[in-house]
This record gives sequence, structure tokens and C-alpha cells, in this order.
Amino acid sequence: MTAEITRLTAAQMAAKLAAGEITSVELVRAHLDRIDAVDGGEAGLNAFIHVSRDEALATAEEVDAVRAAGGAEAEALHPLAGVPIAVKDLIVTVGQPTTAGSRMLEDWVSPYDATVVERIRAAKLPILGKTNLDEFAMGSSTEHSAYGVTRNPWDTDRIPGGSGGGSAAAVAAFEAPLALGTDTGGSIRQPGAVTGTVGTKPTYGSVSRYGAIAMASSLDQIGPVARTTEDAALLHELIAGHDPKDSTSLPDEVPAFGAAARTTDVSGLRIGVIKQLQGEGYQEGVLARFQESLDALRAAGAEIVEVDCPSFEHALSAYYLIMPSEASSNLARFDGVRYGTRVEPEDGPLTIERVMGATRAAGFGDEVKRRIILGTYALSAGYYDAYYGSAQKVRTLIQRDFAAAFEQADVLISPTAPTVAFPLGEKLDDPLAMYLNDVATIPANLAGIPGISVPGGLASDGDGAALPVGIQFLAPAREDARVYRAAGALEALLSADAEPLWARAPELPTAAAQTAGE
Amino acid sequence: MTETLPDAAPLSFEDALEQFDPVLGFEVHVELNTATKMFSAAPNAFGDEPNTNVSPVCLGLPGALPVVNEKAVESAIRLGLALNCDIAESCRFARKQYFYPDTPKNWQTSQYDEPIAHDGWLDVELDDGEIFRVEIERAHMEEDAGKLTHQGGSGRIQGADSSLVDYNRAGVPLIEIVTKPIVGAGSRAPEIARAYVSAIRDVVKALDISDARMERGNVRCDANVSLMPKDGDAFGTRSETKNVNSMRAVEHAVTFEIRRHAGVLAAGGSIVQETRHWKEETRTTSSGRPKSDADDYRYFPEPDLVPIVSSPAWIEQLRTTLPEPPAERRRRLRESWGYSDAEFRDVVAAGLLDEIEETVGSGASPATARKWWMGEISRLANARDVEPTALGVQSATIIELAGLIDEGKINDKIARQVLEFHLDGEGSPAEIVSARGLEVVSDDGALTAAVEKAMAENPDVVEKVAAGKLKAIGALIGPVMKETQGQADAGKVREIVMEKLGVS
Amino acid sequence: MSEISRADVEHLAKLAHISMTDEELTTMAGELDVIVDSVKKVSEAVDADVPATSHPLPLTNVFRRDEVGEMLTAEQALSNAPDAEDGRFKVPAILDEE
Repeated sequence: MTAEITRLTAAQMAAKLAAGEITSVELVRAHLDRIDAVDGGEAGLNAFIHVSRDEALATAEEVDAVRAAGGAEAEALHPLAGVPIAVKDLIVTVGQPTTAGSRMLEDWVSPYDATVVERIRAAKLPILGKTNLDEFAMGSSTEHSAYGVTRNPWDTDRIPGGSGGGSAAAVAAFEAPLALGTDTGGSIRQPGAVTGTVGTKPTYGSVSRYGAIAMASSLDQIGPVARTTEDAALLHELIAGHDPKDSTSLPDEVPAFGAAARTTDVSGLRIGVIKQLQGEGYQEGVLARFQESLDALRAAGAEIVEVDCPSFEHALSAYYLIMPSEASSNLARFDGVRYGTRVEPEDGPLTIERVMGATRAAGFGDEVKRRIILGTYALSAGYYDAYYGSAQKVRTLIQRDFAAAFEQADVLISPTAPTVAFPLGEKLDDPLAMYLNDVATIPANLAGIPGISVPGGLASDGDGAALPVGIQFLAPAREDARVYRAAGALEALLSADAEPLWARAPELPTAAAQTAGE
Repeated sequence: MTETLPDAAPLSFEDALEQFDPVLGFEVHVELNTATKMFSAAPNAFGDEPNTNVSPVCLGLPGALPVVNEKAVESAIRLGLALNCDIAESCRFARKQYFYPDTPKNWQTSQYDEPIAHDGWLDVELDDGEIFRVEIERAHMEEDAGKLTHQGGSGRIQGADSSLVDYNRAGVPLIEIVTKPIVGAGSRAPEIARAYVSAIRDVVKALDISDARMERGNVRCDANVSLMPKDGDAFGTRSETKNVNSMRAVEHAVTFEIRRHAGVLAAGGSIVQETRHWKEETRTTSSGRPKSDADDYRYFPEPDLVPIVSSPAWIEQLRTTLPEPPAERRRRLRESWGYSDAEFRDVVAAGLLDEIEETVGSGASPATARKWWMGEISRLANARDVEPTALGVQSATIIELAGLIDEGKINDKIARQVLEFHLDGEGSPAEIVSARGLEVVSDDGALTAAVEKAMAENPDVVEKVAAGKLKAIGALIGPVMKETQGQADAGKVREIVMEKLGVS
Repeated sequence: MSEISRADVEHLAKLAHISMTDEELTTMAGELDVIVDSVKKVSEAVDADVPATSHPLPLTNVFRRDEVGEMLTAEQALSNAPDAEDGRFKVPAILDEE
């Protein structure tokens, strides 16, 4: 029983909790057991940086007590109350450390909760812990974490994507049914693609950023990570909505995303294939699964059209100017004065200037330093117009391309990532090759529109077993419901004759097995 | 390359003005009196326990985000309008980036190329009543930094071993007002400098957007000075004297910088573009940090905040809340109160314009209002080492005291005592007079007896009065007062004496 | 021609307050050079008349009423301080002016 309940979807867990078939404590225990079994040790996934056992159980007990007592309070429980969740360690939480995957915040505990965390606590979802990520969310492989790499549950010698590899791996490996991620250039969607899970980057402003440690303020969005489209939609509904603490938060009502995800009808839906996001640079297997997805959607009554987005050619360049520029500024606060690590220089006079320099030298990893220096360069006198200024203009062109594309199509489609999960270490020394992973996900961040990645089947890169491929849907800003509708439909079509992809992940070696093997 | 000759002796002010025309410029920072900070809901309060008026935003905590204080924006627009500026249809905040421990995010949220108000002017009134127009380049919103206290050494930054940081002030809303270069000031440059800062203080006080107390740093001035040769038309290199925080200091700093620049230039040197520090004790400036290439602030639009769009309707609504311009108001009040120029200037200098206006508005005569505020209230305040306004004297109290005098119930001397008793919490003037039995003796019985006694004891005086020397009555008033313990009404005594002697 | 020299990186590292060894400066210069070379063409991609987009969604006038709200206690404020004294954050000597 214990092993099986972790394999339920969040929606199923919620239903069983409501029906009194299981308790939240059972659910939380099952997930904690699973974490114990697969997350630690040499070959463990290392999806979690911190596990908050006591807090999760306390919340679960509270939910169970409310349900047991019945009455108005039980009636008022959020549908997901008691369903456990993992939180990317970039989102601040009272009572649990928040490291951002960095030495800089090694022992830091936030005195305040992120708005999304407040909402999760208010809805009584037990928080299992904080998940691993590339340091300050800078990376596409979760190899740039000060707390070790996270492994892909489909092949533990491969990357789980990044920066939210921890959230994606935890969900894929049944360590949590739901997780929160953040997506600045693809950090929810690309890990979703390579781990066979679902991840949404909401419309910019749909979910409050208050309490998400900022990388690039104009690109960052918090979003849901789950195994099914419906679960992602339900979590999105919970965390979305206006927040007066985030000036860029949209004042809109939150639509019924869950209902949209359950609408599996795509007849008449115009789906635009983005000419620029296929072909060169995409693995054959990825393109094959993409083609099959298009065929399935067409067969189900969708109208497939091709759209042209010529400015996408410059999207990656614009992104790699805007993101480091904003990041260089957002990360200036880490100086060893108010919080976080302080490192004193080994020799020479002890001045605050030199302490700041030594702190930032020791506290930040190489990729973070690279982006800070690049951003400092792009914003510095004499270069601003050519770099940051031009990149912001490219953003306008990309928005125009999307506007034109959405004249022809209701949603757009592309592979989420150009490749399946690559082996650990393969791109560590080649930043540029690493950056190319984000080529298909970045345009949505630049334009502020919603995007989702759903499993599109398995493919091999020719060097090992079959690995998940992700399909991305994009919709106009504030039309997040459309990506849930399209993704839910594709998910239903592809699992009509087979088990859903997430259920087909290989068995993982457990801690017990690891020990036995030693 | 010309030598900079930092040690050249300053010229006398007169000699400097003979050879050069000064060009001035001011950057005045006004601290707003909003309830909360510019970008966070923490209180904007002065002098509390360190690090108690802070939120995650004020400390620059990871994940914290700013939200603009609407009242601060309205204050900025109102100030812009009062300075006759154009209000930007759309403007944004920008990050000004530099590392300093009093700056929690290591950038200051400010406005860069899109200030909320620009291209205005302010007429300032000089001592002789002449009006000088100062052109305003821009007024923009920004946030204050935290407060550093240096430890060890002399308590100054140089030689300190360490510093302590209090972020209560971090994020307090500021408006920075920048003038265009002020030319044509000539020998009146120092006076114009003082008058300009004074005028800004008056404006922000009248708008009630700042406490406007320079000694508390509510209004801070950076003064830029450069010199232009008499026959030239190109501006010279300027120096920027930071934090000149009293009107007198502004006047002196400008005087000194004109003399210093002239000394360097006359000796064939050149001025270094740099920050100067004002030294109150010596009334001189000293060299600070030269402006260097390292000052690369890497400004970019603050992505966590959205643009501010000022609709004409909003601007017009705010315009209706503007007070009368201070200079116009002073002109109007001087005329309506009928004070002499000297009297009026004293009132302005004492900062009691508002109080006197209120007291007059409550029904006192301008003369009575001035007599009390500039006289006894100021004296008591001085004795108690507080501002006159801090005594909390109500207009109604002044009117009541004046009424008691007019009715002959008390005299001036007793009225002053009554005010003091009132401030000590003994009740209203009438209550005090009654409770303490201070009413002047006016029942004819007791007073007549006292007068008769005095007359009997001073026959020579009586003789003089009887002979028509009415001035001599004064010599009888003293003894009567003594007899009645000061509670006699001098006018009444006079009346009784004259009646008795049948003179008029 | 290289886009970013070692001296450039040294200057940028100073602006960014990150101490770097000679070796790090050299490595970083090489890496950044490749990256900048690949992104610099953005300036050729746009005309002068294209407006810049700094906010993905066009919100304006998002304000907060001037009312006291969420705050930290001094204890919370100082809870993560590397060094503190008398309720204030303590830092080593500040030598430069400003």
C-alpha cells in the first residue's frame, strides 16, 4: 500500500483523502520513506537539499484532524489539503533553510515566507522539503549546485535538466506528487521534458514572485511541477492570483485551469508549429516524437498550421544579455553584510570592500560569477545601448512575432528541449552548448507568455536507453488555460493505448539495495 | 597638463568676483514625511531603536520585492507642480548600482533618464525683496540609505576599525531637486544660495510633504560651484560640496568655494572635478573623492516596478491641493497684517508665520498675535529650550488672555504669569485667574484706600499732580501696586487720583 | 579581435566586487569572449525605431497605500547577520569615501 500511494496522481490522492480512504499522515510517511529510499547515498537522486520531516507530518496531522472532526472547517479545506509538495530551494520558507543551491546562503533561514508558500500553508499542503537546483537557478542541468548534482530517475548517470532538476526528479521518482519550480528561461519546462513530467511556466505575473530569490526579475516566474497536466493545473490554480507585494502581479481572476486540463477535446483547435523551433540542432528521436504528437493532434481534429517567428533567431542572444544583466544586479545584495556567508580575505587589510570581494569570490560558483561579470559588462557605460538596450528591443520583436503567430493559431507547439537528457558532466565545460538547451523555452520568457511541457514519448540519443521527450505548448499572455487544454489533450491521446509515460520510469536502486550491494 | 594647485590661497570674495562670474547648481534632497517608506510598508520614523522599522524589502532580503508608495508619488507630483515643472506623462524607476554597506541591495532605486518632474522654476526672494528666478532641471524620486556609525579611531570614517549599520532610514522616500546652472548671480551668489534652499524648505513645508527640518537632515543640499572668467562664456570645472545642511552653511560654502576656485585659477591652476566636504568649524571645504571612471553606476530600468503614468485628470486633481506659493503668501500676509518690514522679517525668521496666521484667523488682532508669539511665548520657549510651537499654546488661549487684559481683569504682567501657569497645566486663563485670585483690584473700596494711603504718604507728588503735572501720577502707581500686591490696574489708579484732585 | 580582454574582466570584477586570481581572470576572459561574440549580433538585429520592452506585460501605476504593513522585529532582522553589535549590523572598516 505504502509504495503504491506515492504513484497516485495528486488529484487521486486528493480524492482518496476526501473520501477518507487514506490519511495525509500516511501519504506524507509514504513519501518520506520513498525519499529515504532513493534520494540519499552515492547513487541516490539527491533531489532534496533539505527534508522537513517534522513539519510535513505536523501539517498532515492537522489536516487529518480537521477532516476527522468534520463540519464546516473540513468542508472548507482546500481540495489539495493534505497532498504533500516539494519546494524548489529558491523559494523562501520560514523554519526551513533556503540555500538557492549556493554556499552563499548555506545557513540562511528566511524570516518571511514567499507568497506562494503562504498560500500552500494556508491550503495545508505538507511541505516535504526543499529541492536541489543549479546555484541561483543558473543552469540547465542541476550540476551547478553547491550541494551536489541531482540525478535523472530515468538514467541516474544523466542530468535531470535545470535549473529545477530537483523538483522534476522528485516528482518523476515519486518522492513528491507536486513541486514548485521557477522558470526564467526554461527551468521548469526543460527539466519536465527530460524527466517525463509536466511543468508550466505561467504568464508573467500570474503567480507572485514575492519570496522567489530573483535571478532575472523581468523573466522569472514560479510555476507548478507535476506528473499530470491536471495536477499541474490544480497547483497553478492554488498559487496564482494577485499579490499586492509583487508590483508585476496581474490583477486578474484565476481561471479554472483544472477544468481546462480535463477538456481533452482539441477539435477545431488551431495549433501553430513554429518553423524556427525544429530541424537543425534537434535530435532525430526528439523530432520523431514531436511529429507523432502532431499527427495525433491532427487525427483528433486539431488544425495544424506553420507559423514563422523570424526574430527567434536572436532570442538566445537577447536572453543571454538580459538575464545576466538583471542577475548581476539582483545578486549584488549577497555581500556578507546583512545575511549569508561572510568570508574574510586571507591576507591584507580587513576592509569591507575586501571582505565583500572575498565573500563573493568564495560564496558564488563559477557559472554565477560568469553571469554576473557578463551582466556587469552588458550594463556598463558605453555598452548598455548595444547590449542590454538592443536585447530589450529584440524582446519587442519577439512579442510581435508571437502576436502575429497567435493571429493564425490558438496555441503554438514545439519540442521543449532539443535533446533528451544528456550525460552528467558532458556540457559542464562548454557554457555555450549548455545555453543551447534553452533555445525553445526562452522566447516565452522574453515575451511573458505561458508555456507547458508535457511528455511526448521516449527516444534514445543513440547512446543508451530510451529517455523522455517533452512537447511544449505556448499560448498568448493570460491564456494559460489554453496550454492546459492542449497539453491535457495530448497527454490523453498519447496514453490512450499505453500507460502514461510517468508510470513507465525504471525502478530505482533503493538505499537498502545500495547498501546491500556494497 | 595644468597643475591643480590645491594649496593656492583663496582670493578675497571681492577679488574673486572682480575676475570671475560664479555659476551655481544645487541638488537638494527632501525627505518626505510619509507614514511608510518609498517601496515598503515599514514605518518612516526617525530616532527609533536600530533595525526596528524594517521589512524584508528594507534589508534587501533575498526574494523581497518593492511596491511604490502612492503618497510619495503624489508628493513628488505636487512638488513638481509647485516648482512649475512639467510632469512626465510616463516615468520609471531605475537601479543605480554601487556597493556600500548602508545600501541594502547594493543599488539605490532612483530615477535616471525619466524623472517624474522636469523643466520648472522657482522665484526666490532676496533680502532686499528682489526676486531671482532659479531654473529647475528635474525633480525625481529615490530612496534613502541606512545609517552608519563608525567605531574606533575618532568616530569618523577615516581611521575607524569597524562600522555599525542601522537600516531604519533605508528606503525612506526622498525627492531630489536639481537646478539648471544658475548664471548671473554675481556677488549675490551666496545670498541666492541661501535664499534658494530657504525657498525650497518653505515650499515643501507649505505642501506638507516634509518636516523640512534641516538640522534633522529632512532637507539636504549639495552645492555645485564653478567659475567663468569675466570675458568668457564657457563654464569652468565644478566642485560639488556635499551635505551642506543649514542655510547659513550653504551661504558660507558657496562663498568659500568661489574664493577657493578663484585662488586656484588666478594662480594658473585648474580645478579638479570632485566631491568636497563642508567643514562647519573652519567654514572651509576639503577635498573628497575625485570623480573617476570607476563611477559606473550601470543604471537600468527597475524590472520589479512598473511605469508611472500621470493622467491629466490626476495631475489636475493634485493641482487643486497645492497651497498658495510661500512668497505670494508672505506678500499677502505682510500687507494684511500691517507689520513693519522689520517686524515681518522677524516673524518669518522666527518661523512663526503659520502660528500667527492661525491666531489672527481665530479672531486675535495681528498686533496681539505678534505680541504673544514673538514675546512671551518665544521667551518661555527659549527658557525651556524648545521651539515656540512645541509649547502647544492654542490660539484660543491667546485670545482669552487678550480678552482678560482688555476687560481690565488682569494686566500684562499677570497675563504673562497666567500663561506660564496655563502651560504648567493649571487650566484655562480664566480658571487660573479665578483660582489664584489674580484679578486686578478694581473694586473701588480697596483700591481707593490704597490710593489714599499712597497720596497721604507722598504729599509732594500730590502737589505736582494738582498743579497739572499729570506725569507725576506714575510715582503713585508704584506704592499702590505694592499695597495691592500688583493686582491694581494702572489705568484705574490714574483715574482715581485725577478724580480726587479734580484734574483732567 | 577579441571582445573582452583580461583587463576588461579585471575592471568588471572590481565593479562586481568579486575577488579573482590571475588565473580566474584569464579563464573568465576566454569564456566571456566566446559568449559575447555569439550574442553581440543583437545590436544588428534591431532598428533604432523599435521600442524597448522592459516589462513583458504592460502594467502601469501599481501602488501601495501609505499604511504601515508587514515588518520584521530587530531580532528577525539580525537573525542571519554575520556580525552584529548593539542591535546593528557590524562591518569591517570602510575606507573609501562617499
